[in-house]
Amino acid sequence: MKKSNSTFYLLITPVLLWLLALIVIPHLDMLFRSFRFETDDGLWVFSLNNYLAFFEDSIYWFTFVQTALYSIGVTILAFVVTFPVAFFLTKVVGKRYSSFMTLLLLIPIWIGELVTVYGWMILLRDNGVINSFLLKIGVIDTPVEMLFTNFSMTIGLLYISMLFMIVPMMSALESMDDSLIEAASDLGASKWTIFRQIVIPYTTPGIVSGGIIVFMLVIGDYVAPNILGGKSSLWFTEQIYNKFLATFNWSEGAAFGFLLLLLSSSIVWVALKLSGQKLDKVGS
Amino acid sequence: MNYVLEIKNLTKKFGNFTAVDSVSFNVEDGGFFSILGGSGCGKTTLLRMISGFEEETAGDLLIRGESMKGIPPERRPVNIVFQNLALFPMMNVEKNVAFGLQRQRLPKSEVQSRVNEMLERVGLVGFEKKKVTELSGGQRQRVAIARSLVLKPEILLLDEPLGALDRKLREHMKVELKVLQKEIGTTFIYITHDQSEALVMSDTVAVMNEGRFEQIDTPKCLYKNPETSFVAGFVGESNEFDISSYVNGKLTTSKGCILAKQKLDFQPKKLFIRPEAFILNPAADLSGIERIEMQVKSILFDGSNTKIAAIIKSGHQEVLISLPQNAQFEDLREGDDIQVGVHQDDLKCYKD
Repeated sequence: MKKSNSTFYLLITPVLLWLLALIVIPHLDMLFRSFRFETDDGLWVFSLNNYLAFFEDSIYWFTFVQTALYSIGVTILAFVVTFPVAFFLTKVVGKRYSSFMTLLLLIPIWIGELVTVYGWMILLRDNGVINSFLLKIGVIDTPVEMLFTNFSMTIGLLYISMLFMIVPMMSALESMDDSLIEAASDLGASKWTIFRQIVIPYTTPGIVSGGIIVFMLVIGDYVAPNILGGKSSLWFTEQIYNKFLATFNWSEGAAFGFLLLLLSSSIVWVALKLSGQKLDKVGS
Repeated sequence: MNYVLEIKNLTKKFGNFTAVDSVSFNVEDGGFFSILGGSGCGKTTLLRMISGFEEETAGDLLIRGESMKGIPPERRPVNIVFQNLALFPMMNVEKNVAFGLQRQRLPKSEVQSRVNEMLERVGLVGFEKKKVTELSGGQRQRVAIARSLVLKPEILLLDEPLGALDRKLREHMKVELKVLQKEIGTTFIYITHDQSEALVMSDTVAVMNEGRFEQIDTPKCLYKNPETSFVAGFVGESNEFDISSYVNGKLTTSKGCILAKQKLDFQPKKLFIRPEAFILNPAADLSGIERIEMQVKSILFDGSNTKIAAIIKSGHQEVLISLPQNAQFEDLREGDDIQVGVHQDDLKCYKD
């Protein structure tokens, strides 16, 4: 008993240290900072001014809502794009090829977000691969502006987050017995009904858990909106970045950071309620 | 004759492998038809062709006289109870049973009344709102059957649905299934590797081996008069002997035991004798039997299924003999010498 107890503490200490030093303490520090305000006399007082600043300028509001809507949009797109792939890899193609193809899917992660995003720049810019090709085959006669728009930003966000959708979905689909599909078909269900009534409900935990990861990654991403997005593609993380590093207003930056956390958490909460899932179930 | 299912030279090939090899048979309306065979004999492939999940390589199958060629599973008047039941885990009992009816776009009230009627029939009243994961094995079984039968199929296909149940429940479900089938009158086609399931429940049993039917018969005929050596060895227990010669009405086994057997118009290669065909210490005046001297090697006690393993003295071959559990042979011990009789009719000979 004594021995197993000490083993338990030995094993849990790094985890607790990690959580405390890298998550709890920085967050508490930021939380305190967000409520501190420097008066004209140079005194630090408790105040809600940092939060109020958010409501004073409509650009903050606008960015906030745009970030939320685009993040939801990218999450839905990620589902639409990856579901057929996940279904194909788990249910259609044989086991042998499936693991190889899954490996191919994972390769982009090894490269890193920044390089991937620059890769998209090469593809999307005016004299880039896609435009040159379209010009050459004569579909267009002037380059289509794709880079530095909401379109390029969405593509970038989708690309870097997609895989986090596909993996939980594949594991949900893998655990689904093929005979469920056959049984539904035998009972007279069309392909669409099978998809809607059997496959989707069965994989909902996987979809929701993948959705949460994608959403969180996207709403908190900085690189893709900053590099691929244009002037109109404002992302809330950029506002936070500007507060910290452009205006050196750490207190407002902290307040904005907490607003973003509040926003993303409440959207996830609503999504869980809507899909009837529980966080602990989705997490496993 | 009124056949609900007619199968004509049905063949299925996977690459070079022939899973079902030109099988033909008819199933009578309202019967309990079993297909019995070991694993890999092609019985599941055959079932999947009837249900429409596999496309035949050649041949045809007709349900109520109508060819099912190219008709997808969802439009065939057959339903299947899967080996693992394949109940929908995200739905409760009622929704599972209603699933097929809802696909036919029937009015809600009719769906409800038919579901209730079916649940009553299978004894699941009060379980409507239960999740299927909360049910016992036998109850899940009944949900799976109800889910298919509620659609009133011409044929219900069952793919070893009792395989996952424990022994006691399986014995119980065997009887229940047979009663249910008689009550409802739907034709059942039952796939199994368990001969006892096939023999107990069926009106007709087809024994399948390597993609072909060896024999189609009533359970009793199948047991009493197996037509091929495969059936003789597969259905029920049997003692198998290799025959090395058959001259002048005398069979000689490869181990040298000689038995008289009249009227064979072929050269037999195999001999089968059921354990219960042996008569222990037959009366001296009993005629028409072959008498064999043996020595008891061991007694394998198994309740009503108790057997003796005995050695044929002249042939040094071990055979299994049924031992009735009455007082008559109570004092039989290992090492005892016994005389065993067997009717010539019970010596089943085959040429391959």
